[in-house]
Amino acid sequence: MPPPRTRGRALGPRLAELRGPEVPPKALDARALAALAANPGCRRRALLDGAGVNKTALASALGSPSAFGMSQFAFMRGNAFEARVKADGGAELLRLVHEKLDPSAEPPAEGAVPDLAAIGPQGRAARTALALREASASGGWTLLDHPMLVLDVAGSPAFLEPDAVVVHPDGSWTVVEIKSFPMLDGSADPAKVGAAARQSAVYVLALEEVAVRLDSAPEVRHQVLLVCPKDFTNLPTAAAVDVRKQRAVTRRQLARLTRVEEIADSLPEGTCFAPDLPREELTAAVGALPATYAPECLAACELAFHCRSRSREEGAVTSLGRSLRAELGGLTTVEDVLAAAHGTAGDPGDATVAALRRAADLRAEALGEAAARREGTPCP
Amino acid sequence: MSLIATLSRLEAVRTGRAQAVATVRHRHLSERPLVLVPLTTAGEAGAPLGALVGTDRDAPRLLVVPQPRDRDLRFAFLAELADIVLPYVDAYAEVVEAAERSETDPESGKRVKVEVDLCADAPQLIVPSRTGIDFVRLLGRAMRFRRTAEQDPEAPHPAPPRVPLLGRWLTHFGERARVPGSSLLLALTDLLARHWATGQSSVEDQHLGALLAWIDPPGGESGDAAARRAELARDADGQLLCPPAGPATDPAFDNKLLAPAIERYDRARAALAASEDGLEADDRLGDLTAAEQEIRALVESRTRPTWDAVWRGLDLLRELPEGAHVADRWTRDRWSFTSHRDRISAGEPPQPRRDDAVTAANKLATREREQARLDAQEALDDPLVMAGRRLAGEAFAGEVTEVVMAYSEGRRPSPRPLVTVRTEDRPHLGERTKVYRSLGGKPQAAEFVGYDGPEGGDLLVLRIVDKMGRGKEPEEGSVPQKGDPVCFTLFEHDQRGGAKLPDPEETPWTHGGPPGEPDAVPLPEQPDPPTEEDTL
Repeated sequence: MPPPRTRGRALGPRLAELRGPEVPPKALDARALAALAANPGCRRRALLDGAGVNKTALASALGSPSAFGMSQFAFMRGNAFEARVKADGGAELLRLVHEKLDPSAEPPAEGAVPDLAAIGPQGRAARTALALREASASGGWTLLDHPMLVLDVAGSPAFLEPDAVVVHPDGSWTVVEIKSFPMLDGSADPAKVGAAARQSAVYVLALEEVAVRLDSAPEVRHQVLLVCPKDFTNLPTAAAVDVRKQRAVTRRQLARLTRVEEIADSLPEGTCFAPDLPREELTAAVGALPATYAPECLAACELAFHCRSRSREEGAVTSLGRSLRAELGGLTTVEDVLAAAHGTAGDPGDATVAALRRAADLRAEALGEAAARREGTPCP
Repeated sequence: MSLIATLSRLEAVRTGRAQAVATVRHRHLSERPLVLVPLTTAGEAGAPLGALVGTDRDAPRLLVVPQPRDRDLRFAFLAELADIVLPYVDAYAEVVEAAERSETDPESGKRVKVEVDLCADAPQLIVPSRTGIDFVRLLGRAMRFRRTAEQDPEAPHPAPPRVPLLGRWLTHFGERARVPGSSLLLALTDLLARHWATGQSSVEDQHLGALLAWIDPPGGESGDAAARRAELARDADGQLLCPPAGPATDPAFDNKLLAPAIERYDRARAALAASEDGLEADDRLGDLTAAEQEIRALVESRTRPTWDAVWRGLDLLRELPEGAHVADRWTRDRWSFTSHRDRISAGEPPQPRRDDAVTAANKLATREREQARLDAQEALDDPLVMAGRRLAGEAFAGEVTEVVMAYSEGRRPSPRPLVTVRTEDRPHLGERTKVYRSLGGKPQAAEFVGYDGPEGGDLLVLRIVDKMGRGKEPEEGSVPQKGDPVCFTLFEHDQRGGAKLPDPEETPWTHGGPPGEPDAVPLPEQPDPPTEEDTL
């Protein structure tokens, strides 16, 4: 089979230069990709992720360290649960896939669990593709434990490692996502399920890239299996999650991602993001990359605190929420909006400006009325 | 978010202080709320790590689970919690006053007034943040199906007495918190964000420390700087100066302080279990106590700042005068509390895991009705909220410029005066749109007749249609006079209940069918089967 597309050999050295000498690239994971797809207009994130810059180290070097961390309790519990789900050659996992997604197929007696070990991510991805082809042709149940997939993101390859992929007897493939948040009485935290679905959608896209290159073109199922602990126990339970929507959204957003090459070309010669550079230099380098900060970034991006400070310094209204930005039309800074509202700037014929002035008047009137009431004078 | 709220946020950015988005307090605050600051163990499905709880701001009770994976220790925690929460709840359940409720008489089928007890006041639970409310629900779910040794002598891990009862109460509090405008269980961040707009986004407002920093920045500092410090500042040890309000803890705290302390505790416990004689055991018991003390100190150090912040937030809220309709909504909370008290004393089973279709439909209808009621009442109580409705074209305020007497046609003509109002607002009025104003606390209705002048102009002609008495002449004060300021709304002030659900015998199959059909009879809920590693 052909190697995964790694566009432009020339791009590689260029990105390595941006990363800094002897800084190893940081692999893009599905979580980062899903976050990237949630904010496709952010050139800063696209380039830094595309170039494999370690954003956590960069954020610390910029003086705005990220606040992401994982408690070892959560880590241990997550690992223990995943090990439990995959125990006995994945018997329980295959049983769940059969029960929830493919009950008409023959029940899995003993699933094959091929060895996917290989050297380097490229090698592992190739090994995975081979195992998938063999499994599809075998006509039985196969569990691929931590396979390696590759997806072309903004012109550079991203290597992805789903928890598991199951190959059905009919040759179709299912993404399995194992999470340690509980499914309580059959329902789980919608925000966490949403995040898991977005993450799985990225895996589905990556699997589809493998599938189209096979002669048999096996189906990649659009229902993924989400495995969680049942109620307050450590026993696995599962639910099928339809990720068609997330897949469509992610695919569209990934296609919209500005090409990393173009962004790299727009940077001044000699730009470098190595974390050991002086802070001023790094700030200037990062500043040369336009960002589109919104408060949602705080939950997804390591650089968010840095971008937030910049956004607030500029007085951008988006730092208060995306919905505000939509409400205020062409007025993008706090100063502009307040000036328009207080009648010192702006065209009164403009609908947004007129509405702002009316809102400011009504607000002042109501606050005045309330103040008068507090003073004890009867309201007019 | 209305444009007025948006402007308030921008003003907050400019001034560095949070801005009012309410001029009165829109939620009831009890004289003696029970504050609960829980912490949970990361990664577990709700294994509590500890809590500060109590009604005395200077003397909170500290509850700690030194090893959250140990079932017995968790049960001890829950039993202690029950010993604090249940007496607090019971104190309110005992004091009642007489009230009337209309019920359907089973024989005649008519609506009749029945005299019933209504609890004179109700308990109020305050948690720091919205996730705290979720945690209360989770605790409720985890406990209410437990069996005590008395209920089921065969139960493999019997729960301490009163723990299932606590579960039922926490479930009720959690369920009631989903009803808009209710105040039985409140999250302080929601409460503060309802009354103040900060210069940060609503996502960031979920951080209690940052939210308070904007509302009441220490020492004249700007809210922005104070909020940033609350969010991010760490000490030399890498620990947050303002720990998260929970129930989730900071991973740095878990990894650096808590995990080693729990490990020491485990080791001390193992050593105690392995001790061979009394003297040795005494020594090792000392070690165990010291290890436990260490964890207690850690948990207190992470909950106490939040505890103090909650009370400070309550102080700030108490400075606002209570809205006029708040007492009315609190009475509904008292009804809800009383009826749950009655369900428990009648020996009804705990709330099911999932509501049946009829209960779910009723709950949904209640929430929709209460949301509409809340929206209307908040606007009537608060000129700043009304300003938002006026901006949205759902209300208008102005001055009466002319009153012309007119009468209805018919056998007994009634007064139907025509009132002209001059307003700068632009309400969405069509012909005969009903509008309402508050007259002595009761809504008076009017109809929109038309514009006096150009279409969409500032002179509106309304016809008053009710609340003028039975006579030919309207009662004194029931019709506005020239020069009076008036405020009319396009929304109704009182909420009528929606269409009634059909009688139980008429329940359609979509909603489980009539009672008596085999499918419709719910099986009694079974406790969760215990497993090796379950939490809670």
